[in-house]
Amino acid sequence: MKKYTNTGSKDTRSGFGDGLTQLGQTNENVVALCADLIGSLKMDDFKKNHPERFFQVGIAEANMIGMAAGMTIGGKIPFTGTFANFSTGRVYDQIRQSVAYSGKNVKICASHAGITLGEDGATHQILEDIGLMKMLPGMTVINTCDYNQTKAATLAIADYDGPVYLRFGRPKVANFTPEDQTFEIGKAVHLQEGTDVTIVATGHLVWEALLAAETLNEQGISAEVINIHTIKPLDAKAIIASANKTKCIVTAEEHNYLGGLGESVARVLAENAPTPQEFVATKDTFGESGTPAQLMEKYGLNADAIVKASLKVIARK
Amino acid sequence: MLTKTNKSLITAIYSILLPFYNTVLLQLKNQSTNMSDIQKLEALVIQVRRDILRQVHKVNSGHPGGSLGCAEFFVALYQEVMDRKEEFSMDGKDEDLFFLSNGHISPVFYSVLARSGYFPVEELNTFRLLNSRLQGHPTTHEGLPGIRMASGSLGQGISVAIGAAQVKKLNNDNHLVYVLCGDGELQEGQNWEAIMYAAGNKVDNLIVSIDLNGQQIDGSTDTVLPMGNIQGKFEAFGWDVINIEKGNDLEAILSGMKTAKAKTGNGKPICVLLHTVMGNGVDFMMHTHAWHGKAPNDEQLEDALSQNPETLGDY
Ligand SMILES: Cc1ncc(C[n+]2csc(CCOP(=O)(O)OP(=O)(O)O)c2C)c(N)n1
Ligand SMILES: [Mg+2]
Repeated sequence: MKKYTNTGSKDTRSGFGDGLTQLGQTNENVVALCADLIGSLKMDDFKKNHPERFFQVGIAEANMIGMAAGMTIGGKIPFTGTFANFSTGRVYDQIRQSVAYSGKNVKICASHAGITLGEDGATHQILEDIGLMKMLPGMTVINTCDYNQTKAATLAIADYDGPVYLRFGRPKVANFTPEDQTFEIGKAVHLQEGTDVTIVATGHLVWEALLAAETLNEQGISAEVINIHTIKPLDAKAIIASANKTKCIVTAEEHNYLGGLGESVARVLAENAPTPQEFVATKDTFGESGTPAQLMEKYGLNADAIVKASLKVIARK
Repeated sequence: MLTKTNKSLITAIYSILLPFYNTVLLQLKNQSTNMSDIQKLEALVIQVRRDILRQVHKVNSGHPGGSLGCAEFFVALYQEVMDRKEEFSMDGKDEDLFFLSNGHISPVFYSVLARSGYFPVEELNTFRLLNSRLQGHPTTHEGLPGIRMASGSLGQGISVAIGAAQVKKLNNDNHLVYVLCGDGELQEGQNWEAIMYAAGNKVDNLIVSIDLNGQQIDGSTDTVLPMGNIQGKFEAFGWDVINIEKGNDLEAILSGMKTAKAKTGNGKPICVLLHTVMGNGVDFMMHTHAWHGKAPNDEQLEDALSQNPETLGDY
């Protein structure tokens, strides 16, 4: 079994910030917008290095999305930054009409996604954003799992022409993917080969999936772990191939099971290779205040929950 | 030696008697010093500051700056200004209503609600903890008495208050609806839709106060997004505006709110520009955005509390 090591816990939002800093130096078309959350989004360096390409819009997210759409006309590549809730739900129609339908090259970069935002509570913990964004025609939806992957994704989306939703988080989490990775939009990453069960995970749940695979291995169960960083377009080929091999699948995400990665996987499998599936996700509920670890435990979003779901789905084969 | 049961029995009796003891003590204290009404409110303000600081310190998160700046306003509102019932009911018929639009200043809201009798002050101990009714931002979801609408995502409170104010009229209930908004919060466009509606539709049973502390997360409101003449903007939209220049002075707040109340019922919504100091009452937190959303560490807490000695008893 392949071993992954945490090279030092870091927040994924810093991966975004450092990626943006690098883009500032390498791509003069990159512009950045922020709605009174520069520190939280780690956009300070970009602002400092390129004040003329940085736009503080104040607490006015709808205006920010509209401005970003306008900035693509004339060739700029706008990156917007605010919390995931205010990046999606707050501005859905602005994204729908001015970005997605109009086919604009806007990168909507969303921090503090999911329940691990912690103590601020449910008003800030969006668990519906993947669903909202994946339903928009033409929108690419990415949820990265660690610092290195988030940085790589930030660089990659600048080179891709089209609207992108990039989702990342607040807490420090294990950093375990290679520093020098190239990020391929829409391409699944096989982290672990296995034969008994497929675990497909995105975002913060990927590390938990690896921990779960270790526990399962100790029990003599061979788990295949696939990191789906791009929920849309989904790497259907990779998922179908693995499901055909293991004959059962667990999906894991820090999101509502309605509208999330799990449902996208279920659709692909229903069409191509019907397979028993268990969903590690929140079950149609809002979050609440608490520490990230407490919340992951309470809402069944950790390695333990993935192990249980794996045992359950194996029994359903 | 005390057995375990004896011990817990004594603790239970003690905890039942303690509130009575405190009340008696307080009454004695008030009598002996002959505290005026305003002094009582001032004592409450200091206790509220302590509550704010202790809540955010315990969980190392939350928003002390805006909370401290509005302590006097909340105390005045709940102790003097609003005509409210003791028992909380969601519909709030035949009483004044209050909505907090800038939900991040929940620590001051929770403290004043608890000390106004809506729920036990001991519950302040659970702020932002798992399974608490005192969520990071106020919510109705956990059923905390005193809260009628979730807030936290900024810019939504005035609209909600207009809705409630319209229903007061439909119900022939001539009580008032109060809202508090942050000044940075005014950058949200929805406010201006609401501001336009309220004037156009003569929602004159509504008093919107703005916490004019000149600060938001990334810096001063002028550096983040200058809003120009806020009073002029409200007036241009058709509102009656009054200023409370000393927004951290209880007497100024009481007299300003009296003026505001007197202006209701005349076909215009009322805006109160409350000139406050962010972090008021703790010297190292004042006049800066640095403490917008940061909790004090142990030493800082001690320093801050020593500037605000206990008055009514910590929870
Ligand atoms: C819609 C929305 N956007 C962004 C935020 C993040 N946020 C929380 S408080 C705040 C600043 C608010 O400024 P102000 O209203 O002046 O409050 P103060 O800092 O003075 O307490 C921001 C941007 C939010 N809660 N809601
Ligand atoms: Mg302010």
